[in-house]
Amino acid sequence: MMEFPQFLEIPLASWVDAVIDWILQNLGGVLDAIGEGLLGVLVGLERLLLWIPWFLIVLSVAALAWYALRKWWAPIVMGGFLIIIGMFGYWDLAMMTLAIIFAAVLISLAIGIPTGILMARSDRFANVLRPLLDAMQTMPSFVYLIPALMFFGLGKVPAVFATIIYAIPPVIRLTNVGIRGVSQSVVEAAQAFGATSRQILFEVQLPLAFPSIMVGVNQTTMMALAMVVIASMIGARGLGMEVLLSINRIEVGRGFEAGLSIVLLAILIDRITHALAARQQYTQQHTS
Amino acid sequence: MAHNGNSNSNGNLDADREVCVQVKNLWKVFGDNPERVLEDAELRAAPKKTILEQTGCVVGLRDVSFDVYRGEFFVLMGLSGSGKSTLIRNIIRLHEPTSGSIFIDGEDIVQYDEDRLAQLRRNTTGMVFQHFGLLPHRTVLDNVAYGLKVRGVPLEERYAKARVYIEKVGLKGWEYHLPSALSGGMQQRVGIARALTGDPEILLLDEPFSGLDPLIRRQMQDELIELQDELQKTLLFVTHDLHEALKVGDRIAIMRDGEIIQIGTPEDVVTNPSDAYVRQFVQDASPTKVLTAKSVMEQPPIMLYSWQGPKAALQILRDANVDSAFVVTRNARLLGMVTVDGLVRLIRKRGTYLSEALDQDMITCEAEAVVEDLVPLVASTRYPVAVIDEERRFLGEVYVSTIISSMIQEQGEEGEIGEMVSLVDADPVEEKVEEVDEVHQAFESANEEGDQQS
Repeated sequence: MMEFPQFLEIPLASWVDAVIDWILQNLGGVLDAIGEGLLGVLVGLERLLLWIPWFLIVLSVAALAWYALRKWWAPIVMGGFLIIIGMFGYWDLAMMTLAIIFAAVLISLAIGIPTGILMARSDRFANVLRPLLDAMQTMPSFVYLIPALMFFGLGKVPAVFATIIYAIPPVIRLTNVGIRGVSQSVVEAAQAFGATSRQILFEVQLPLAFPSIMVGVNQTTMMALAMVVIASMIGARGLGMEVLLSINRIEVGRGFEAGLSIVLLAILIDRITHALAARQQYTQQHTS
Repeated sequence: MAHNGNSNSNGNLDADREVCVQVKNLWKVFGDNPERVLEDAELRAAPKKTILEQTGCVVGLRDVSFDVYRGEFFVLMGLSGSGKSTLIRNIIRLHEPTSGSIFIDGEDIVQYDEDRLAQLRRNTTGMVFQHFGLLPHRTVLDNVAYGLKVRGVPLEERYAKARVYIEKVGLKGWEYHLPSALSGGMQQRVGIARALTGDPEILLLDEPFSGLDPLIRRQMQDELIELQDELQKTLLFVTHDLHEALKVGDRIAIMRDGEIIQIGTPEDVVTNPSDAYVRQFVQDASPTKVLTAKSVMEQPPIMLYSWQGPKAALQILRDANVDSAFVVTRNARLLGMVTVDGLVRLIRKRGTYLSEALDQDMITCEAEAVVEDLVPLVASTRYPVAVIDEERRFLGEVYVSTIISSMIQEQGEEGEIGEMVSLVDADPVEEKVEEVDEVHQAFESANEEGDQQS
């Protein structure tokens, strides 16, 4: 009597398995096509980053740091971080990692911003989506790896897929919040002058929500970076795999170098995107 | 003050004036399934509170009907929650009406689809908001040109038009500033210029000056009146401020709980409040700003005719125990005023025509002049002021005492002013002037307090 009655148990696990099986059997072609496309983008990005001479990348990161932060030390420190990673011997791995992050972030934005807009326009859609986003963010990220693995096999593509699922919620949420936060009186004024909802979206809501959306971009990028180590478990080459290997072989020094490289990359990306978002906010405040 | 005369003459609504906006049996019910409130005859008639308790619906507008004439300055006035802002938003369907019709230039816009509604908003109406609603990331010039941009007018053309109206509202030189660089009053000028740039025939103003401090507000009201005199739009103006309503409106609709409880000229509303609510509302209004010479003037005890001889005239004056009288011609045109002194001099000179004895200092005023403007006139002479119409027909006369008693009647039983009545009969002119000034100031300060309270 003290134990939970067995007849109440539901076989959710087998249901999920059934769904996954069904998808694999019936949508295999679609998944392959998506996988091929993703792989093409990824390999292209990776080749591009590896093809550009290292000093040009360092210089352009330094220039971007100057543009975003407007501090004399910013280009030196940010460029320095990249050079340190190179000095550890991880230049190529770092570029592979960056390629995965870029691809995941670009796809996240391409899906996330329109989704956020829809969410802001429809309360019903927002109510459906919100718990889903909560689940996506709180579910242990390893769980995504299994279906990603089953859909796309080993390698970069499932890594990007899992990364997108993990990283997309912030940009959706912050786009939604940004648009909903646009002063109702401004939107109403635009309506009163006969603006169509399309005109209102592009001329009023999106420009005014831009700072918030930029914060979403920053968050999404950071979460994508956090997923790198985990994604390497399904065969994505890069800094994450280096960390994973050194854990397996208990090579503390190597793990430290690789880990430190990820941290430096994280700081680099965070500071620059954050400053870009803040710059937008700054000009907006001056205008509002 | 030219406007006041103007507004009151507009107030005399001619039957042939063209209706521009006609609202018919308009209902707005907020909540789920608002139709059930309208379908149930019992609920329709029930008070707002009962409807809320029984259905959870809030009645925003209840069976509102009114006409606005072309070129009219129409004011919707009421306290917050009375439905005035809801009403003005319904007129261009920023809120959807629950039932009823709204005719603009004869077409029922409630039946319009999205496209025609957008056309209406782009071409026929312009709106000014309490919170300005300016695009914070666009310059003044872009904001003013916004309505034209929505219409798809090319850049050069819309900037050219926008500049005209920017200059008109006195913001020349600020074209490339962002709204945040401007004070509240200036931002609202941008709002007004934006609404005018599309050259709409109807202008909707939702408490445009409520957020501004009193001095700026007064200035903006004056400028709006000037603009209206020049542009002759049809204006719907929402306000909670009675003084503002009385000052700017040709007609005023007073709202309570989503219903219009009185529509009339400012003078109507102040002198003939339709019920206790309106009376309470207008009781702190200064009657000096709305009462006209016509409504306070008295019939003269005697009148002289141009053909009468001086001796007869003198006798009439003495019999009536007055020291002056107005002289009119055969067709009631005012010729002038004679005084006892003047008549005595004429008789000594053996003159025969009254026209030779006319007093040079006679003061006249127009029938539509407001009492506030009469005060300095009556104070400047010891004789009555003649009230005449546009054709110089003699209508009546106004004394210091007439004005003061009219103010006191309207003001009710406020003790302080009542005490002043006894002082009014004092004879010398100088004293009267002082009294009038005091009374006047008393009213002014009373009004000022009213301003601050509201």
